[in-house]
Amino acid sequence: MTRRTRALRVVLLVLFGIFFLLPIYASALFSLRRPGGGHSMAAWTAIVSDDQLYPAVLVSLGLAFVSVVLMLLLLVPTMIWVRLRAPWARRLVEFLCLLPLTIPALVIVVGLKGVYAWVTYFLGFIGLGESALALTFIYVVLTLPYAYRALDTSLSAIDLQTLAEAARSLGAGWTATITRVVVPNIWSGMLSASFIAIAVVLGEYTIASLMGYQNLQVVIVLLGKTDGPTSVAASLATILLGFVLLLVLSLATRGRRRHVVGGAVR
Amino acid sequence: MAEAAAGRGRRAGARLREGAPLLPFFAYLVIFLVIPTVAVLVGSVYLDGSFSFGRIHELFSSTALAALWKSVLLSASTAVVGAVLGAVLAWLVASSPPTSVLRRMMLSLCSVLAQFGGVALAFAFVATVGSTGVLTLWVAHLGVDLAGSGWLYTLTGLVLVYTYFQIPLMVIVFLPALEGLKAQWREAAVSLGATGWQYWRQVAVPLLTPAFLGSMLLLFANAFAAYATAAALVSIGSPIVPLLIRQALTSEVVLGQSGFAYALALEMIVVVAVVMVAYTLLVRRTSRWLR
Repeated sequence: MTRRTRALRVVLLVLFGIFFLLPIYASALFSLRRPGGGHSMAAWTAIVSDDQLYPAVLVSLGLAFVSVVLMLLLLVPTMIWVRLRAPWARRLVEFLCLLPLTIPALVIVVGLKGVYAWVTYFLGFIGLGESALALTFIYVVLTLPYAYRALDTSLSAIDLQTLAEAARSLGAGWTATITRVVVPNIWSGMLSASFIAIAVVLGEYTIASLMGYQNLQVVIVLLGKTDGPTSVAASLATILLGFVLLLVLSLATRGRRRHVVGGAVR
Repeated sequence: MAEAAAGRGRRAGARLREGAPLLPFFAYLVIFLVIPTVAVLVGSVYLDGSFSFGRIHELFSSTALAALWKSVLLSASTAVVGAVLGAVLAWLVASSPPTSVLRRMMLSLCSVLAQFGGVALAFAFVATVGSTGVLTLWVAHLGVDLAGSGWLYTLTGLVLVYTYFQIPLMVIVFLPALEGLKAQWREAAVSLGATGWQYWRQVAVPLLTPAFLGSMLLLFANAFAAYATAAALVSIGSPIVPLLIRQALTSEVVLGQSGFAYALALEMIVVVAVVMVAYTLLVRRTSRWLR
């Protein structure tokens, strides 16, 4: 590399750095402001103490947890089964998993409103009529594209057929084969899928706000009208949490593969 | 004949047994993805028991057309700017050592900003160049009024904030293509007497063009369908299609706009689907050599 290209690289990196880090740095400063002047951590402590914000934080964390569990329960056995016994369905499963990238969340909301009476009936039936946890069913759909790619990568990396045949020939049933033989081998893929799903759910605003539920992002927007520093602190916290999750993931899978999360359509 | 039929029967039986464990997955997606989408398609032409193109016709009203035009303008401008700057940043990332921590940090940050920012990005910009933003107060000492007349809350502001998440998305989708350029191709070109510039112009750029255009289309679809950032930033008026959908959804009882949201959602599906099909075609072209 010539000296001129190296200088150009440094200049460009600095410019990009300023563009991307300035808003984050400004958010940090803004969140530390006190109304009268001076600094305080009040906005940050509000995340775990504010009457309106803290319950929403809990709702979003709960949603993230339930969505991850449901997503794994739905996707892992299906993807393993498709590879082992039903390869004819592979294209269809992939298509359905990646479909949410093409159908914007906004469209799903509009459609759900139309069949809402039916959905509330279903949710009331399983005892989730009023709870924001009802959102979990749609959030699982939103996480599918990312989760599918993460799981697909790690399933491709192992010799699934041989593992399953070995387990089966030693007398394991399908449940034991999946939970005790395959799952321990695709642990890293399940972890990536879960981390990305957490990031998706914690950042979700569109569906919650239009369906009238109060999750973290909805309350952040509500607070933005009255208490700027607190809403900026909470939104910075979600970005930082997402960043840490993905960085840990990338360092944990160091060298094994490139961690690339494909394009999203929000 | 009978044997063949029995064979088909057995095969169908086997398929049924093989397919049964997939049922929960398919049932789930039908309920929470396919039915809502079909409801939009049906609802845009058929509501309250009658078939009509009235709602589709409303898409050609001046409000709807203006929103569509601004959405296209916003998506196209941020897709072009995001693709060009994102390709430059992707080049910077690609030429750094693959195991460096700085690179991993950049990629993780790109992932977060591109895909999970939404509302947070809107607030980051309010904190930076809003009327009491940090940068606004800094430059106020120099006599510059950065917040101006509240441009951040208009289409101009959306262009800036969207660009902020389009560039990282470009890095994520374009980097694999850039990394797919094999060192041997460069060596081959150089050993045949090409200069660095000639290699880029005659080998790398033609190879990367489909991926670049494909990524740009993805960026367009991404911006066109984005809702959270715009909704958090713009609270008055509905300049773009997603916000017009919000207006139709939240005021349908009051204004009797029932069903207009369906038509707008249909419009969104059509635009995004067309763009994504073009994207898929271009990606297929890229994947021919990207292995």
